[in-house]
Amino acid sequence: MISEFGGFASLAPAYPEMLVAVGALALLMLGVFAKREASTLVTGMAIGLLAAVALFVAFQPSQGVLFAGGFINDEFARFMKTLVIAGSVFALVLSVSNAQDHGLNKFEYPVLVVLATLGMMMMVSANDLMSLYVGLELQSLALYVVASIKRDSTRATEAGLKYFVLGALSSGMLLYGASLVYGFTGHTQLDQIAAAAALGDRNIGLIFGLVFLLAGIAFKISAVPFHMWTPDVYEGAPTPVTAFFASAPKVAAMALLIRVAFEAFEPIARDWQQVVIFLSIASMVLASFAAIGQNNLKRLMAYSSIGHIGFALVGLSAGSLVGVEGVAIYMAIYMAMTIGTFACILALRNENGYVRTIDDLAGLAQGRPFVAAMLAMFMFSLVGLPPLAGFFAKWYVFLAAMEAQLFILAVIGMLASAVSAFYYLRVVKVMYFDEPTATYPVPAVELRVVMGLVGFLVLSYYFTVGGPLARLAHEAAGSLF
Amino acid sequence: MILTDNILTIITFLPLVGAFFILLTPGQDEVAVLNIKRIALATTFVTFVFALLMWGLFDPDTADFQFVQNSPWMGEVIGYRMGVDGISVLFIVLTGLLMPMCILASWDSVKHRVREYMVLFLVLEMLMMGVFATLDLAMFYVFFEGSLIPMFLIIGIWGGKRRIQASYKFFFYTFVGSVLMLLAIMAMYWYAGTLDISRLLAVDFPESMQIWLWLAFFASLAVKMPMWPLHRWLPEAHVEAPTAGSVILAAILLKLGGYGFLRFSLPMFPDASLMFSNFVFVLSVAAIVITSVVALVQTDVKKLIAYSSVAHMGFVTMGIFAGNIYGVQGAIFQMVSHGIVSGALFLSVGVIYDRMHTRDISAYGGLVERMPKYAFAFMIFTMANVGLPGTSGFVGEFLTLLAIFQVNTWFAIVATLGVIFSACYGLWLYRKVIFGALEKESLRGILDLSPREMLTIVPLIVLTIFFGFYPAPLLDTTAASVQALVDQYAAATGLAAAGQ
Repeated sequence: MISEFGGFASLAPAYPEMLVAVGALALLMLGVFAKREASTLVTGMAIGLLAAVALFVAFQPSQGVLFAGGFINDEFARFMKTLVIAGSVFALVLSVSNAQDHGLNKFEYPVLVVLATLGMMMMVSANDLMSLYVGLELQSLALYVVASIKRDSTRATEAGLKYFVLGALSSGMLLYGASLVYGFTGHTQLDQIAAAAALGDRNIGLIFGLVFLLAGIAFKISAVPFHMWTPDVYEGAPTPVTAFFASAPKVAAMALLIRVAFEAFEPIARDWQQVVIFLSIASMVLASFAAIGQNNLKRLMAYSSIGHIGFALVGLSAGSLVGVEGVAIYMAIYMAMTIGTFACILALRNENGYVRTIDDLAGLAQGRPFVAAMLAMFMFSLVGLPPLAGFFAKWYVFLAAMEAQLFILAVIGMLASAVSAFYYLRVVKVMYFDEPTATYPVPAVELRVVMGLVGFLVLSYYFTVGGPLARLAHEAAGSLF
Repeated sequence: MILTDNILTIITFLPLVGAFFILLTPGQDEVAVLNIKRIALATTFVTFVFALLMWGLFDPDTADFQFVQNSPWMGEVIGYRMGVDGISVLFIVLTGLLMPMCILASWDSVKHRVREYMVLFLVLEMLMMGVFATLDLAMFYVFFEGSLIPMFLIIGIWGGKRRIQASYKFFFYTFVGSVLMLLAIMAMYWYAGTLDISRLLAVDFPESMQIWLWLAFFASLAVKMPMWPLHRWLPEAHVEAPTAGSVILAAILLKLGGYGFLRFSLPMFPDASLMFSNFVFVLSVAAIVITSVVALVQTDVKKLIAYSSVAHMGFVTMGIFAGNIYGVQGAIFQMVSHGIVSGALFLSVGVIYDRMHTRDISAYGGLVERMPKYAFAFMIFTMANVGLPGTSGFVGEFLTLLAIFQVNTWFAIVATLGVIFSACYGLWLYRKVIFGALEKESLRGILDLSPREMLTIVPLIVLTIFFGFYPAPLLDTTAASVQALVDQYAAATGLAAAGQ
């Protein structure tokens, strides 16, 4: 059903994407013609562009389906897109100071981030297996380059190569799954797949396709057992890039997973629920135990993000409205905590370079009390201790699991979160209970602002953002049902 | 009236205002530190005044929740609900009373990182007030679990030699138990459709569900209480924590467990409570006897008091699950009394620790020659801990033993043995530390209580003796609510309500 082109006004639901696409190309031109010196300028303009688009998306009223059903803009897409763009903006802000150290003083970096953001927006809005794949690849290709943007660093190159090879493999699996789904249903559009799946008996070919699709997406959200690339890439990539990897792309891939699961495969929900439950349990348990031995902060954060994806999947396992609401809230809070934590890590730099291991943080509470307090708060929040935001994130997803009577999943998840407390507390212990060994100068202004802002939101979640966020997530989840 | 309508909110969040001003106080010099201490003391004192005011305005003749605030908050699930009844009101007053004393006790003994210390204590006060004042089950969990953060840091930063191990143990014992309670809370929400405690009290959960919910709550509350054999974290946390930390742990944090049993287990899961009551009695009696015997062989003053706390909490659980009016009244009284007495004992130990920097019992002896005032105070508190008639410790133990006697004579007989043991270790400790010849050279120069220490200890002596002779103010406050609770329990389980 190809709709008639009704002038630019009919494209209103896709305005944000068009704006970002045009903006990215304009920034590219600017960078090419203004040469090296322009990297700071391009970064600033990219931040401005994305921030403007984020506001536009947040307040944009027009919704609808476009491009012959390939693109959809609804409450859910709006919610997730706002999160994704906000994540990109914060990641760019974190990269401003000391861009040179990280090899990020190139104009390509902000342009690639903007392009990746465009890909993520397409993923969130994809309503067809083809547009889904296009969005995913646009995002992934930009990220492969970003991972190895520090060209003279062997670690970064290794990280980029690893990410590329495994990412290509996962894309291949996703594509294979998509072709199976198309072969057995005859459709690529999500709602038509659902209609076809609802007809007739349980189709083993369709389930095969579903599993391959899920495996491909599980790579992108780094759920166990498709997580192997995560610690290496997180460790090898420059820290501001790691902050970006850990935030926005995870949200986009999770949004994609939710949409595929509920829009296309709702009739065979029981089949994907089993897979998601397995992914969830495996991620929570493996990440909790694997992180205990880590001393490198970035690897620790990698396992932490694997674990948190596992917790978010608890909400998806429930397969209900409350569950989707929970995942939406979880991803928002997870992203805030991740950005905050990386702001703290980036803020700690002295003549020996950046803080790398947990031991480097010894006695930080005495040298840099503000950074230590913020980092400690993010750690407690990642554990899921009330009254911090991390607790409410867990609250919503486990509430959904209890409603769906997934008691065993819930108990395993809760115990995994207790185990995970062990390694988060180690960071707090080192900062607060040990004696200082190194001193760090005052961090850059924008890092302090990000830490303070995110810290305030995490601390005062119950009083400030908690209510509005729950309402928005409720509306967002409602648009899928 | 604005004040009475919001008094619980004021009491709960006033400490945060103080914490905010402490963070704003500039400088690190002596003047700034003094100002920080003064702000903390003033805040806690004003909070105490508000708590007393609330107790004064509290109507003891009704079992309903009072000073209720109820408004929807985060979505439809979690609300902002506050209110107290006879069961919770005394704990708020107790928390308010002990906090200024903790600040005073830390006045000179905490020398480094005073700002963080005071902020953490004020945050801790906020969380504990919140636990007792909230009427939303999710918010109860938030406050209950939130207290782990400041306590973990207080033990870990200002604790003794083995502080890190102690803080981790404290954290993990409590956290693992609590997460199961969180799941139970969610299950209750899906069954009852609300988290409002005042409405949940009227919900009739099916028996099979009650059993699981009871066990999940037990996992958390029994660790907090702590009940034998889940008490292992307590001696270490008590010993390693700074004086004020031990006071708060013993006097208030332990009461969260008992409060939880009274608020949730008994009224909401009555069938399961009856079913498991013998199990609880066995654990309680085991706690009373075993930990009393263990206390006898301790060489560390604080550890001895910590084990005696576990034994005293055994009386509380026994009284609660006896389910009659003597038992519940006695349990609440015992908790308040233990809050005062154990708090006072830890303060007393803090006094000699500040002077000698050792907790070894053998390092002391003959203190009565140099510290007559101290010897007198320590005697009162030891006697109260032993349960001598005329002290507040007697009333609670007597009532709970009376209650258990009605239910099962054998448990009462064995539990009474514990009272004898507690006299043994209590008097033994007193003799070792206070009496005997003053042989140790290092003790010759030891000074008696300073005016500041008198300020913390004298009010507690007065209260210990006052409530020992005249327990009515406490018992009257709780009577109506306890009666309602016991009636409800009796009606639900089909037992004849005893003691009417």
